[in-house]
Amino acid sequence: MRACVLPVATTLRTASRTVRHFAASACLPRDKNVAVVGGGAAGFYAAARLLAKTKNVNVDVFEQLPTPYGLVRFGVAPDHPEVKNCTTKFDQVSGSPRVRYFGNVQVGSQQLGLDRLCSAYDGVVLSYGASEDRRLGIPGEDGENGRVGVIPARRFVAWYNGLPEAQGLRVDLESYDKVVIVGHGNVALDCARILLTDPADLATTDITANALETLRNSKVRHVEMVGRRGPLQVAFTTKELREMTKIPDMDFICDRELVAAECSKWAEWLDASRSLKRMMDLLMKHTVGEGRRQKKSFTLSFLKSPVEVVYDQPGAEESAEAPPQRIRFEVNRLEGAVDAARAVGTGAFVDIPCGMVLRSIGYVSTPLAGAPFNKRRKIIPNIAGRVTDDSGELVSGLYAAGWVKRGPVGVIATTMQDAYRTADAVIMDISNGHIGNDSDTGRSRDAVDQMLDSSGVLETCVTNAQWKRLDAHETEAGIKTGKSREKVTDIDRMLSIIRSE
Amino acid sequence: MLSKEVTVTFIEPDGNEVQATGEEGTNLMELAHENDVDLEGACEGACACSTCHVILDESVFDSLPEPTDEENDMLDLAFGLTDTSRLGCQVLLTPEMEGMRIKLPSATRNFYVDGAKPSHH
Repeated sequence: MRACVLPVATTLRTASRTVRHFAASACLPRDKNVAVVGGGAAGFYAAARLLAKTKNVNVDVFEQLPTPYGLVRFGVAPDHPEVKNCTTKFDQVSGSPRVRYFGNVQVGSQQLGLDRLCSAYDGVVLSYGASEDRRLGIPGEDGENGRVGVIPARRFVAWYNGLPEAQGLRVDLESYDKVVIVGHGNVALDCARILLTDPADLATTDITANALETLRNSKVRHVEMVGRRGPLQVAFTTKELREMTKIPDMDFICDRELVAAECSKWAEWLDASRSLKRMMDLLMKHTVGEGRRQKKSFTLSFLKSPVEVVYDQPGAEESAEAPPQRIRFEVNRLEGAVDAARAVGTGAFVDIPCGMVLRSIGYVSTPLAGAPFNKRRKIIPNIAGRVTDDSGELVSGLYAAGWVKRGPVGVIATTMQDAYRTADAVIMDISNGHIGNDSDTGRSRDAVDQMLDSSGVLETCVTNAQWKRLDAHETEAGIKTGKSREKVTDIDRMLSIIRSE
Repeated sequence: MLSKEVTVTFIEPDGNEVQATGEEGTNLMELAHENDVDLEGACEGACACSTCHVILDESVFDSLPEPTDEENDMLDLAFGLTDTSRLGCQVLLTPEMEGMRIKLPSATRNFYVDGAKPSHH
């Protein structure tokens, strides 16, 4: 009789059956194989946790782009390079003998349906994030008569960060001096900061050459960031707000009376809320009321909901003096408790003339063919990372991590903990025999490799070694122009660089 | 010039205690990593995340210089923040910390389906 090391619970409960089973099948406990769909922070942290807490789980990471890292590469601002230090850990994960990276692979496509992954792998973790954005839902949003309309901040960020599909974005920063951003989150602040920072300060970062050139030629001097509710309901964090206070030659304008009134009204609650209190103190210390003394301004505007984008009469001259559009807002008042405040329209309206308008009111996940999807909440239904179907039943072997699991909120640290919890669920399910059971002979490394081969994935994928070649190319290209990196922004070019050696 | 060695104890979320000795001037995040203590450090000590969050003894906490605005901004986002919390990467070992006990905050709640209990590893 072979002595097999089985997970403890199974061994104790089914000892006699186990002994008979092993006499019959003569197998050693096999390695378990987990697929991760989406090679961003959530996927890599889930993989890291699986590596750290097991000895026998292999992880294959699938990513639709040739390049890994997701929003760490395409979302984090160029002037926040320290935030991207997390990629060192991601690289350690990719470098493990138990991990394989398959870039340039679209799961859910003809080539590789989710069902094929689920039948070959013991577990599949969906961590593909959020690739769309919430619309304002107002007339004029999509432009007219050749006018661009409202641009998603997500796309603007992706543009300056080199996401290939965003490179075609029409960004005009020369026809006018004012930009309006709708939304009170960190993405909105990133956009404001990139628009108002001296381009010379961005010249050493990994911002794309095209974006840097556009910013150098920019005539934009004023950014107004508008939100529907008040100062105590903002979604951005103090670090990013503090960075706005440090931009030289710029007026940071807000309605200080409103801030003071809200802080006074909710003083007791605010005293118990460390982070908000610090933020309000920062606002009161570093802002001015209306009035321009500097050539640049950043206005933080409250209690306004956009209702329409109004274009000037066709044929009107476009110049820095005559902005091409006005965005109309309804003025709100707040109702309800401070931590559940509702914006209620007052019937008063105000127009803000401007050039580019960005909407920054949240990212949105999209469904993956073959996986459940909650259409109302726009996330994959799950209980603590274990995916459920529409009726709430667990879908065996399917898991979710990151924004597609909880919604598109949270910084890298949040996603790390979230992904760890999902990986822990995978590990628990393996240890309880729910998945990765040794009697499940249909699933194995051989089955995985056969599936990868027959689907053609091995022909077209980008491996970790190949990504590293592209990585080196970008870093070297950056050295030539004094930048930390010069990103390749076209997929065909990426693939030709990778394959030319 | 010999720098002094300082020994402290990390207490992991599950109660496991790890004694760690490091050179004066080492930051607590580095020290934890050198001793395989279960402390993260996503931004690698750049004060750009909150994952190396540690909880200090009150007496040690009070004896340290105030955190910078930048550190406090990151602590704002730390899970399980306490009155004696600091970012490990911003606190440097001094001889006065000899014997100090450093608690790692517990992570997020764990959810279990059907009352299943986690297996210990």
